[in-house]
Amino acid sequence: MALRQCAIYGKGGIGKSTTTQNLVAALAEAGKKVMIVGCDPKADSTRLILHAKAQQTIMHLAAEAGSVEDLELEDVLKVGFGGVKCVESGGPEPGVGCAGRGVITAINFLEEEGAYDDDLDFVFYDVLGDVVCGGFAMPIRENKAQEIYIVVSGEMMAMYAANNIAKGIVKYANSGGVRLAGLICNSRNVDREAELIEALAERLGTQMIHFVPRDNVVQHAEIRRMTVIEYDPTCKQADEYRALAQKIINNKKLTIPTPLSMDELEELLMEYGVMEKEDESIIGKSAREAIA
Amino acid sequence: MSTLTREQAEALIAEVLEVYPEKAAKDRRKHLAVNDRSIEQSKKCIAANRKSLPGVMTIRGCAYAGSKGVVWGPIKDMIHISHGPVGCGQYSRAGRRNYYIGTTGIDTFVEINFTSDFQERDIVFGGDKKLAKIIEEIEMLFPLNKGITVQSECPIGLIGDDIEAVARKASAQIGKPVVPVRCEGFRGVSQSLGHHIANDSIRDWIFERNAQDVKEPYEPGPYDIAIIGDYNIGGDAWSSRILLEEMGLRVVAQWSGDGTLSELEYTPKVKLNVLHCYRSMNYISRHMEEKFGIPWVEYNFFGPTKIAESLRKIASFFDSRIQENAERVIEKYKPMVDAVIAKYKPRLQGKKVMLYVGGLRPRHVIGAYEDLGMEVIGTGYEFAHNDDYDRTIKEMQDATLLYDDITGYEFEEFVKRIRPDLIGSGIKEKYIFQKMGIPFRQMHSWDYSGPYHGYDGFAIFARDMDMTLNNPCWSKMTPPWLKKEESLTAAKAA
Repeated sequence: MALRQCAIYGKGGIGKSTTTQNLVAALAEAGKKVMIVGCDPKADSTRLILHAKAQQTIMHLAAEAGSVEDLELEDVLKVGFGGVKCVESGGPEPGVGCAGRGVITAINFLEEEGAYDDDLDFVFYDVLGDVVCGGFAMPIRENKAQEIYIVVSGEMMAMYAANNIAKGIVKYANSGGVRLAGLICNSRNVDREAELIEALAERLGTQMIHFVPRDNVVQHAEIRRMTVIEYDPTCKQADEYRALAQKIINNKKLTIPTPLSMDELEELLMEYGVMEKEDESIIGKSAREAIA
Repeated sequence: MSTLTREQAEALIAEVLEVYPEKAAKDRRKHLAVNDRSIEQSKKCIAANRKSLPGVMTIRGCAYAGSKGVVWGPIKDMIHISHGPVGCGQYSRAGRRNYYIGTTGIDTFVEINFTSDFQERDIVFGGDKKLAKIIEEIEMLFPLNKGITVQSECPIGLIGDDIEAVARKASAQIGKPVVPVRCEGFRGVSQSLGHHIANDSIRDWIFERNAQDVKEPYEPGPYDIAIIGDYNIGGDAWSSRILLEEMGLRVVAQWSGDGTLSELEYTPKVKLNVLHCYRSMNYISRHMEEKFGIPWVEYNFFGPTKIAESLRKIASFFDSRIQENAERVIEKYKPMVDAVIAKYKPRLQGKKVMLYVGGLRPRHVIGAYEDLGMEVIGTGYEFAHNDDYDRTIKEMQDATLLYDDITGYEFEEFVKRIRPDLIGSGIKEKYIFQKMGIPFRQMHSWDYSGPYHGYDGFAIFARDMDMTLNNPCWSKMTPPWLKKEESLTAAKAA
């Protein structure tokens, strides 16, 4: 099987890293060879696989050694649960330097050092919340991730973000092979959530590949720095991630997304009661004016 | 060749513009004009200080070049860190010929490239810590430095480093000024904004600091002046200074050729600022006028006519003793000037010149050429604003060409059509025009000669122009085998 490179995007705090790691654990359990590339300066994309607080990142090790040229692949690549290979790009503290450049440098390093070997079945890029600059689009440029999964929930801002990410994908889809492969709904127990995400997926020209219900066992596992698959392989939630893994293994639906305009998106949200109809008469009125 | 009429000049511009796409032609048309001395405001005839067109060859530099290369770089006892990747500092190192006295590496540092040599990790993690470390190391290795400036290259602005905070902290630690300059290359349309930013940083970080901390030994006198906007190319400021001192004035500061930090600090006490390069230092002159009440006067030390005018103008700010001295100085150099003109004018009379330079020379050197009987038939600036062209219109004859931020193509086409006897521009233009068989002088670096300022400079200027124009090589442009053919054809025809 040829190497499939997948990138996971989604609004900050939506559960990208948790979902990715549980998914990857399920893939590993199914016998797949997987590598996770964390593309977030926080470097929390691999902790559940490695049982570590935060992995030593490429950029921090490079800074210590002098430059990335001074690093070896073994220095940055760690193997965790189920033989999953883990690397973190790393980056600066908030407020200094250029995190985007860190992602670019790290991914170039992995390519040059041959991290993408023939044995691998999957590479997953876990990318920081929003695509704020070119650096965070690095995983979806030419010859990198071809499949994008967007983690989303039925909350308004999560869907806004998903639509914006779809816009970003269109840009690269037209110049390369990158495609939207589906929405992963990480449930927040919003009313009619599955229906809503199905509808959004349809409008975006893609699918809701799986609906991951909310279950506290995920948090229980996370406290122990473990995935559900490893912590309690018999629980119901583990089966959900296994189901997601199987769907991804068999996923053939790769599309160029058709992002919604702001008006269309708001209409959809109103249809499902996530957003109330705008009252034009109150716009720009202060509290005092409203009373009068 | 003969001088163009207004109609011919306008037709030439129209013809040159023809090859451009419509949008480009529309933009470039605004930057090319035929001089009309009756126009008071240049904005009616020429656009300036606009973004260059993508796709053309422009000769402009960047904001970093304006600050590090022009304004700050020549301050010899301070260390100027090119903050960012290594290239900007290395390729601009020691290229401008701003002469200085001192022991390089001990008490003066102009020709040394100090750089933070940014690597990937500095971009990703920010360069503030590295900058602090560099300042510490500079203090250790070069203890006689009087202060440090941080010349920002592009990445500094992109990654949002807080160089002001580093500068404040380092300054307190070493007890010397540390000046952060936000002259990232992508700011503005040319080096011009870099001059402005650098001027402002002197105002905010030297004058302000001066007002608070510096106890200076300097006692102001009634005839104190500062030379502003002379970068001492090939010793220009020195040959200017002689004349001012012979007039009885005390030159307290040179901004910034062969200049020092204390000279900058003394300047707010002078009686008059004399401004040579208006473009790069009018900002600080205006500031000193507003804040300290120091008047400023523009002058021109190229060629005896302008020198005499300028000496009288400067003297008019002082008492009759200085004014008499000015006359005495003019008189003293008259025999020398007469001899220079007697020697070179017959060899240069009637020759036509085209110029394309930077800040002040496109107008300032016109007088010097005219003193030698030559005529400037086209001139233009890389990075002028409209106030420069206001000043240029009156210096140029009617129906001459004015060109702003001229493109490589336009310049070549103008030259091909006009065939001037001499071109004065920069190193990038030199070999193109020489290969076209036209004598050329570099008017940024004085072609490794100079000084050209003052009476001494005029003698060198005249010699250099003669040496270039009347060089026997220009008669050898046709190779002998082609010549034979010519004469053969001529013989056959006969």
